[in-house]
Amino acid sequence: MAKLHVSTIINGEPQEFLCDAEQSLLDVLRGPLGLTGSKEGCASGDCGACSVTVDGRLVCSCLMLAAEAEGKSIGTIEGMAPGDRLHPLQTKFLEMAALQCGICTPGVLMAAKSLLDRNPDPTEHEVRYWLAGNLCRCTGYDKIVRAVMETAKDMREAVR
Amino acid sequence: MTDVQYVAPGTLDEAVRAFAAASGAARILAGGTDLLVQMRSGALSPSLIVDIKKIGEMTTIEEGPDGSFRIGAAVSGAVLREHPRLKKVWPGVVEAANLIGSTQIQGRATAGGNLCNASPAGDSVPAMVAAAATVTVQGPNGRRQLPVEAVPAGPGRTNLAPGEIVVSFTLPPRPKGSGDAYLRMIPRTEMDIAVVGCGVSLTLDKGTCIAARVGLGAVAPTVLSVEEAAKALIGSKLDAAALDKAAAACRAACRPIDDKRGTVAYRTQIAGVLLKRAATIAAERAGRN
Repeated sequence: MAKLHVSTIINGEPQEFLCDAEQSLLDVLRGPLGLTGSKEGCASGDCGACSVTVDGRLVCSCLMLAAEAEGKSIGTIEGMAPGDRLHPLQTKFLEMAALQCGICTPGVLMAAKSLLDRNPDPTEHEVRYWLAGNLCRCTGYDKIVRAVMETAKDMREAVR
Repeated sequence: MTDVQYVAPGTLDEAVRAFAAASGAARILAGGTDLLVQMRSGALSPSLIVDIKKIGEMTTIEEGPDGSFRIGAAVSGAVLREHPRLKKVWPGVVEAANLIGSTQIQGRATAGGNLCNASPAGDSVPAMVAAAATVTVQGPNGRRQLPVEAVPAGPGRTNLAPGEIVVSFTLPPRPKGSGDAYLRMIPRTEMDIAVVGCGVSLTLDKGTCIAARVGLGAVAPTVLSVEEAAKALIGSKLDAAALDKAAAACRAACRPIDDKRGTVAYRTQIAGVLLKRAATIAAERAGRN
């Protein structure tokens, strides 16, 4: 079977790749494209470790065919830090130790950024619901939620 | 490597042609949140995947001049949630679709997929049944419309003819004084599959219920439209006696299974409880419209 040719934009840069019809976007990101920040936890859309954005919408890249990326703009964790500076969420996660083993962290960060892009002043309840699709087996979530709330506060103050 | 093929046609005619030509070995890809999981587990190995998201009619929401809504079958839950008018007119339909999965799943999962996956526990379906949604399907022999409750045939099976694709849902014009609601019972607060789901849509005129529909999920092989429950509400002021009668009708309609998530007795009992609660919320919303 001939490979499919896909033209897409990844983290703002035009990108082309070849894939098989049944390959997931996650497979292609981690394999041929070498973007291993997105993780495979469950491969069934339950854990959120593979979270990316597609035209600004948060999705599980394990539940999307690579072929569906044609003409889309994909955002991955590799595009989160602008240049050499970490994104405020990344800095805060380090400061507040909102991670332990780190497997879930790229997905959590992508999901949290997607929330703050839409809602700069979320309640704790909103943070917990928005992140309900990101499983973490280390932290117990509390540090994650607090780090997101603190980042939101810092970012709001920085805008003032 | 298997020899599965992927196509993403730009028109519905092309999609139907490709889908029908593969005669049963093809699968429609909308949000993929069921399809990709089933493929990966080995439950399904289609020879052709027809991605319908490049077809404009299937990915848009339109409000008609008469106040009806046409929702493309491949519209995601997130897009439903963000539509300013749909949420106001049909809050029950939107809240039902939005209960499915996480933020990430909402970015992809569609009402068309939820219907065609034909799980008795699909959350959007009872709300669509209560809303009296009609489904437009297109196949090799053209287009037809059918009530949403006529689509599922049993767990994982539909009544669609070979080559037919669900194109859109149409929600009818909404009279003044109307409201809808959907509630489901799950053992946790989120990220679970309905043990029972109940959608209620009704119209009030000076406090009297003049129209009602009830959809009940996860208590039979298919989602049910419970006409006896609707009849018990119509003509009443939704007083305790009317709600008791409608709840009894819901319990009488149940033909559930026993499984690890709920027993027959529990599901049956809860069907009546959810009917009362959903009807109360729908009535409260109707009073504001």
